[in-house]
Amino acid sequence: MIQPKLFHLSTVTLLVGVISGFSSPALAEKTAKQFVETNCAGCHALSEPESSTTTRIRERKAPDLYYAGNKFQEDWLIQWLQSPTRIRPGGTFFGQNVVAAEDRDIVPKDKLPEHPAFNASEAEVAASYLMSLTPYDELISSTAYVPKPISGAMGRMNFTKFKGCVACHELEKGYGGISGPEVHTAGSRLKPEFLYSFIKNPQAWAPKTFMSNLHLDDSEVQKLSDFITTLSKE
Amino acid sequence: MHFLTRIILITLISAPALAESEATGKQLYNTYCTQCHGIYGDGWGVNTRDIEVLPRDHTDSGEMSARSDQELFKAIKHGGQAVNKSILMPNWDANMSDAEIDRVVRYLRELCNCEAP
Ligand code: HEC
Ligand code: HEC
Ligand code: HEC
Repeated sequence: MIQPKLFHLSTVTLLVGVISGFSSPALAEKTAKQFVETNCAGCHALSEPESSTTTRIRERKAPDLYYAGNKFQEDWLIQWLQSPTRIRPGGTFFGQNVVAAEDRDIVPKDKLPEHPAFNASEAEVAASYLMSLTPYDELISSTAYVPKPISGAMGRMNFTKFKGCVACHELEKGYGGISGPEVHTAGSRLKPEFLYSFIKNPQAWAPKTFMSNLHLDDSEVQKLSDFITTLSKE
Repeated sequence: MHFLTRIILITLISAPALAESEATGKQLYNTYCTQCHGIYGDGWGVNTRDIEVLPRDHTDSGEMSARSDQELFKAIKHGGQAVNKSILMPNWDANMSDAEIDRVVRYLRELCNCEAP
């Protein structure tokens, strides 16, 4: 895969920003927007696409970021952008990378390029801009989720046997389905309200996505969210 | 204009627009089903490494010809549990309209190269 040439924030802009503590918010915002548009828009959607179709799901190069501010924890973004690790073991859409092997379909590791990494100031600037992308405030504010401690064994049974989530998600490295994002890091990656709201109604966030809405009631969503949150603390 | 001619004309004119906005049964299958049922529909998708119940082989004409279109539709729309099968077969009612599920059922008949009983 061709990596787009990365545009580095000029030292001057950064220095100005650092010295003034971004005292001119308008300038800081403009710079951050420019940085993200230059370095990320080649792969990621930064504004809502005009229409959501299954073709777009199969062909997009990277997950959508236009609601990043409603989805991610800022601390996680800043860390991850400096040392990115794989989140979807099968890639953004497994179908782009799948090959039929002897036993079963697999996604060969060399099909998945490394994510570009950024330095600390770039990561902070990018994260601050991403956190300003919040078209779904409504979905977050209408979710009253407070994580509670839960028995790991029960939570695991629920995630695997009773709800079947494990068919698409790895609940530990190397165990589970590979078409969806790994969930063992989701508790530190995602806002708790997003986690809950996405399980409750994935299509409210990503209309054509390939996760089903299992029509779970509030207490079931609570238990699954608690289990996933607990996984990240282990 | 003759009524039938008019219908045919309307169909012809609107056909290209439809083709662009509507996903085919195969496209829907490739988006939602191949992750478990495999890119050839043989039941060996990328998600089967650790799965406890293997997905149905949709190319198995013996098994597939024992299912009516209504049964297939029900399994897809409401999930495995609705037809006394595993919960590992999810429900797709929030992903697809009834018309889209119908197209997927027709595509399954192409995959198995078989008819309903
Ligand atoms: C060459 C294409 C490419 C570029 C350029 C790129 N990304 Fe990504 N990005 C990806 C892919 C592919 C993934 C999915 C990785 C995975 O799931 O393992 C991803 C994942 C992410 C994620 C996690 C998304 C999620 O929903 O889990 C974030 C956040 C992210 N990128 C931010 C950025 C930012 C910010 C930039 C620019 C500073 C950027 N990316 C530039 C391809 C790219
Ligand atoms: C058929 C496959 C499939 C099943 C079954 C499934 N998921 Fe997902 N899940 C996905 C995909 C694909 C995504 C990514 C969607 C997107 O961002 O467009 C996802 C996203 C998520 C996310 C957000 C993660 C992130 O980093 O963005 C959570 C949390 C989640 N699923 C939990 C669950 C739970 C809990 C269950 C069981 C009740 C479940 N999933 C069942 C495929 C599945
Ligand atoms: C998360 C994995 C998964 C996904 C995604 C999935 N299936 Fe399945 N499917 C299964 C499993 C597992 C079974 C077997 C259930 C059993 O035998 O108890 C199954 C069984 C079936 C059956 C057979 C029911 C019967 O009467 O034997 C049909 C039909 C079917 N799936 C169609 C589909 C279609 C169409 C899609 C896409 C819209 C799809 N599946 C997506 C896992 C999946």
